[in-house]
Parts: sequence; structure tokens; C-alpha cells
Amino acid sequence: MVRIDFEKYARGQRIRWWAMRFAVYGLLVIWAFVCVFPLFWTVSTSFKTAADVMRGNLIPWFNFSPSWLGWRSLGLSPDTIFQISTVRDEFMRRLWNSVIISVTASALAVVLGSLAAYGLSRFSYKFGHMRNSDISFFFLSQLIMPPVVLALPFLVLYKELALLDTYVGMIAVYTLMVLPIVVWIMRDQFATVPVELEEAALVDGLSVWGAFARIIVPLVLPGMVAAFLLALILCWNEYFFAALLTSTNTNTLPVMIASQTGSQGINWWSMAALSTAGILPLVIVGVVLEKHIIAGMTAGAVK
Amino acid sequence: MSTVEGDLLHTVEAGAISANRRFWGRTVLWLSAIWFVASFLLQGAHELGWTDWGFVNWRPVLYAYFLWAAVLCVTRVVIYGEAGKKALFVLPAALFVVSMVVFPLIFALWIGFSDWNLASSTGRRFNGLDNVRRMIADPFYTNALLNMILYCLAIAVEYAIAFGLALLLNQEIIARKFWRVTFLVPLMLSPVAVSWMVGKSMMETRFGPVARLARWLGWENPSFFGDPLTARLSIMIMDAWTFIPFMMIMLLAGLQALSREVLEAAEVDGATKWQRFWKVIFPLMLPVSVTAVMIRIIFKLKLADIIITVTSGGPGGATDSVTSFIYREYRDRSNVGYGTLLALVYLVIIVFGMTVLMKFSDRIVKRMTGRL
Repeated sequence: MVRIDFEKYARGQRIRWWAMRFAVYGLLVIWAFVCVFPLFWTVSTSFKTAADVMRGNLIPWFNFSPSWLGWRSLGLSPDTIFQISTVRDEFMRRLWNSVIISVTASALAVVLGSLAAYGLSRFSYKFGHMRNSDISFFFLSQLIMPPVVLALPFLVLYKELALLDTYVGMIAVYTLMVLPIVVWIMRDQFATVPVELEEAALVDGLSVWGAFARIIVPLVLPGMVAAFLLALILCWNEYFFAALLTSTNTNTLPVMIASQTGSQGINWWSMAALSTAGILPLVIVGVVLEKHIIAGMTAGAVK
Repeated sequence: MSTVEGDLLHTVEAGAISANRRFWGRTVLWLSAIWFVASFLLQGAHELGWTDWGFVNWRPVLYAYFLWAAVLCVTRVVIYGEAGKKALFVLPAALFVVSMVVFPLIFALWIGFSDWNLASSTGRRFNGLDNVRRMIADPFYTNALLNMILYCLAIAVEYAIAFGLALLLNQEIIARKFWRVTFLVPLMLSPVAVSWMVGKSMMETRFGPVARLARWLGWENPSFFGDPLTARLSIMIMDAWTFIPFMMIMLLAGLQALSREVLEAAEVDGATKWQRFWKVIFPLMLPVSVTAVMIRIIFKLKLADIIITVTSGGPGGATDSVTSFIYREYRDRSNVGYGTLLALVYLVIIVFGMTVLMKFSDRIVKRMTGRL
């Protein structure tokens, strides 16, 4: 009679299972560390003094005592927040520029892109030889266009049009930059809405635009939020166009961060404070609205 | 632009459009077009010095263009009625893209074959094929193009890591949302801030934690941007760090959309984990993978800000991407002619390369998924 040692078999299984769990969580922790450590480094450096930076002390309260040095130089520490600070004014102006330009450009791109995507998903157009698929391709192909191809012509054109260093000019460029992505996401969204809904609305006496505004927009609002957020991330972090097309009035935050080079070395603590202040708004938005960002990125990828 | 039969959403025209309404629509459209063309010609003549009379800059011409565009949109409805209302959905975006892309591209051709120093007062000088000759003889441009190929090859590694992470997140783990948010963080950070805090601070040779780690691992004098190869690697790693989450999320969505029956069938049939991955999951994921990698390549081809801020192309132009090289070329000489030509050549190479790549990957996907 063959006797099977079930106990031993089960134990083996259990050990395998635990080893697997251990490997999975180990890898997760390692990669989470890789993702978060630079952020931790940035935030913690903004509370360090010069000596702490040079010694490379890592853990606050354990091997360095946090001070407000970096934030004071930015005029944002508790003791300087109510005083007059030129650095803070400068920073707030750049922050405001970033907010205006990226929010307006993203909103504009969502409006233009949604309208175009809706039209392309519902009606058939003919423009010369171009049919719907060609027009769609025309919009999406803009994604390939590297910014550098348009940058120098824009520089010259904007100079002639007196649009250099203006909000309008920057917003136009950023809208163009994110429009293909918005069209890509929204096309996917409209494809999921059944046409019968609009047909019912038309029968009930709404016009094409009325049906779009009253029936369709509320339905695809999550998609629009996703497109808006992705566009916002891209615009907020954009550096290349901002460095070329702005000088003093409409500088955005990345340009301010990139231009911080002192003559005698770099003040790491103030640099870190500035970087933290520059990335924090978006990190908060991203963590809170993570679901929408993921929805936006996966649109069109999975059929 | 007019609509034809075959709409997904059919509409019924309420009533016929009177000839009078049509006439006035056409007239206003033509008037605005004439005004735009006239102001363009006038300003052109003024710029070339043929007439004294003109505007200070091209702004009024832009306003005339806006007016024409607005009138065009409105008159669609006036002339064509219901069909015009449909055209109105696509028209604004199309006009915007055409005026912001097609016109500047034509203008780029005009700049590309000239010697135009924005700082000097001499203005544009046509110089024929001089820029092309200079480009062929320019070792730095060739180097930048080769770098782009190297940077694009790094996507293979990024893809492998992203796929691994997506598989991890697809396991049965607790607090999946927490891990997902954490893994997504790098995507939200501005590349400029990243290049300062990672490239310049964490990779600082004296106190940076990465350098410390390297020293602890036995690298005597860690320098990440000293010699060309390590510098390129460092740039690749930083760029990969910001973009891996993007690919990871796309692949994760693909994994979650896989049909459970197929996976279970493979398991029942006795396939090992290894076989299940290579014979079932990987081939099924190919379409998503191709989309993710394509989008990643497109973004990689725009790579510039990290290089500009961290190395500004150094050491000796070893890390230059095409974009950062052209940027520096403009910053140093403020000559737009040569840079524009380089960018145009780059665009041609990209369009050609991407078309070939798309055809090629399409064929592979067809073959691989056809076999299943």
C-alpha cells in the first residue's frame, strides 16, 4: 500500500506560497522605495542646513534636526511668511503663470478636442480627398511632431506677431501640444456611448448641439476629466517651449527652477524647497485623482 | 467641408435655406477672406520695403485671420443649415491645428534654407544649400542622431521592467491601490525638478546618496556624468524612471482585460507558470504592448529637458539628443536657419522611421496573434 504523506506535501506547498508572497512584497517594497526616495530626498533636503547636506544625513530628527533654512530663503517659512519677500513674490508670480497657462491650455484642448472627436465619431465628413479616418489621422499624427521642429519657426513668428512672452502665445502652443492626446482619449469615450441616446434626444426635439451639450457631455464627463488631467500634467511640466518663448513676464515654474544657478555653488536647501513647491501641487492632484489619470492613460490602449 | 451620407447619427433638415440667406452668407465670407488676404499682402509688401504704409507688426493680420475663421464657422450654418452645424464640431480644431502646424511648417522651410541671426539687424539671408552641406559635415548632429537610436533601444529594458511591475500589481496583493499610487508618483514630477534633485543632487559625487551607495558597492570614484557611456546611462535611467509608470499602467490595463477563461484553460491543461506567460499572456498582450511602446518611442524622441538641465549635452556632446543639440545651437549662436533645417531633417527621419516601424509591428502582431 502506498502511503502519501499529505502533511509533508501541504507543508511544501505552504512554504512555496510563503516564498512567493515574500518575493512579491519584497519587489513591491523595493520599487516603491525607488519611486519615493527621490521625492523624500527633495523634501528632506529642503529642511537641511549646509553641513547636513554635505554629510549626506538622511533621516530627520535621527541624524539631522530639521530647520526652515530652505523655506526661509524662499520666504515661505513660518517666520517669514508674513514679511515682505521678493523671492516669494517672484515664486508666486511663476506659480501663477504656470497655473494660468496650463489650466487654460488644458481646458481649451479638452473643448476643441472633444468637439472634434465627437464630430468624427458621429458624422462623416469629406474635405477634398480626406474622409473621416484621414481627418482623425491628421489630428493624431500631431503626436509624432517633435516640439523642436515647431520651436524655431514659432520663435520667429511670435516675434513678428508680438506674441513672445505673452499668455496667449504660450497657451496656444500648449493647447496644440496636448490636443492629439485629448482627441485620442475622447474618441474612445464617445465610441462607448450608444447613438440611440442622441436619436431619442433628437426625436424629443433637441438639436444636434443641444443633444451633445445636454446628453453626451454629462455622460463622458469622467473621460473629459481624465483628458484634462493628463493634459495638465504635460503642460505643467513642459520646459522646452517655455524656455524658448518666454523671458520675464510669463516664465513658468520649470524655467524658474532650471535657472537657479548661483555663482558660488548651489544652495541645495533652497533649490530643494523650490523643487518641492513646484512639484507638490501636481503630486497632490495626482494622488487624489489617480483613478481618473489611470482611466485617461488606458483609454484607447485596450480594445 | 461638407457632410455626406453615411452619418452614424441622422438628422432631418427643418426647412429649405432661402437663396437670399445663402447669398449673404457667401458675401460676408468672401469679404472677410479678401480683407485677410489684403492685409497679408499689404504687410508683406511693407516688410519687404515696397511700401511705406503698413502696420508695426503682423498682429493685425492675425486679427484678420481670426475674423475670417470666425466668419467661416458661422457661415457654415448660414449657408448649409443642418450640415453646417455638423461641420462646426470639427472645424475649430481643424482650423487651429492647420494654422498652428501646417503654416509654421511651410514657414520652417523658408527659414531652413537661410542664414538668419535673430540678434543681428541684417535679417534673413537666403543661402541655398549651405545649411545642408554644413549638416552633412557636422559630427555633432550625427552623434545626436545616433544617441537617439541608443536612447530608443533603452525602451526595451524599460518595457521589461514595466511589464514586470504590471505583473506584480496584477497579483493578489493587499493595498493594491496604495502600490499603484506610489508607482505612479514619478510620472507626476516635473522632469526639470527631477533632473535637479536626482541628476544634480542625488548623483552628486561627494554627498549624493547614489554616489554613496556606489562607493559602498566598491566603485572608487563614482562619477555619473564623467565619461560618455556612464553619462548616457545616467540620462537613460532618469528618463526611464519618469516614464516607466506610464507603460506600467497601460500594460496593467491590458493584463486586467485578459479573458479569465483562457488563462484558466491553460492552467487546467497543465501549463507551468513559465509556459503560461510566454505562450498565453505575452502573445495576448502584444497589441497593448505595441501601443505602449509606440507611444513611449514618440515621447522618447522628444527627450530634451533632462539633458538640457543636467548635462547640457556634455561631456563633449556625448549625451546630446537632437532636441537638446538644436536648442544649444540656437542658444549659442541665435541663428535660427541652421537649427530649423536640422529639425526638419529630424522630422523627415522620424516620420519615415515611425511608418516603417508601424508597418513592421503590425505584421508581427498579426502573425503572432494569428497563430493563437
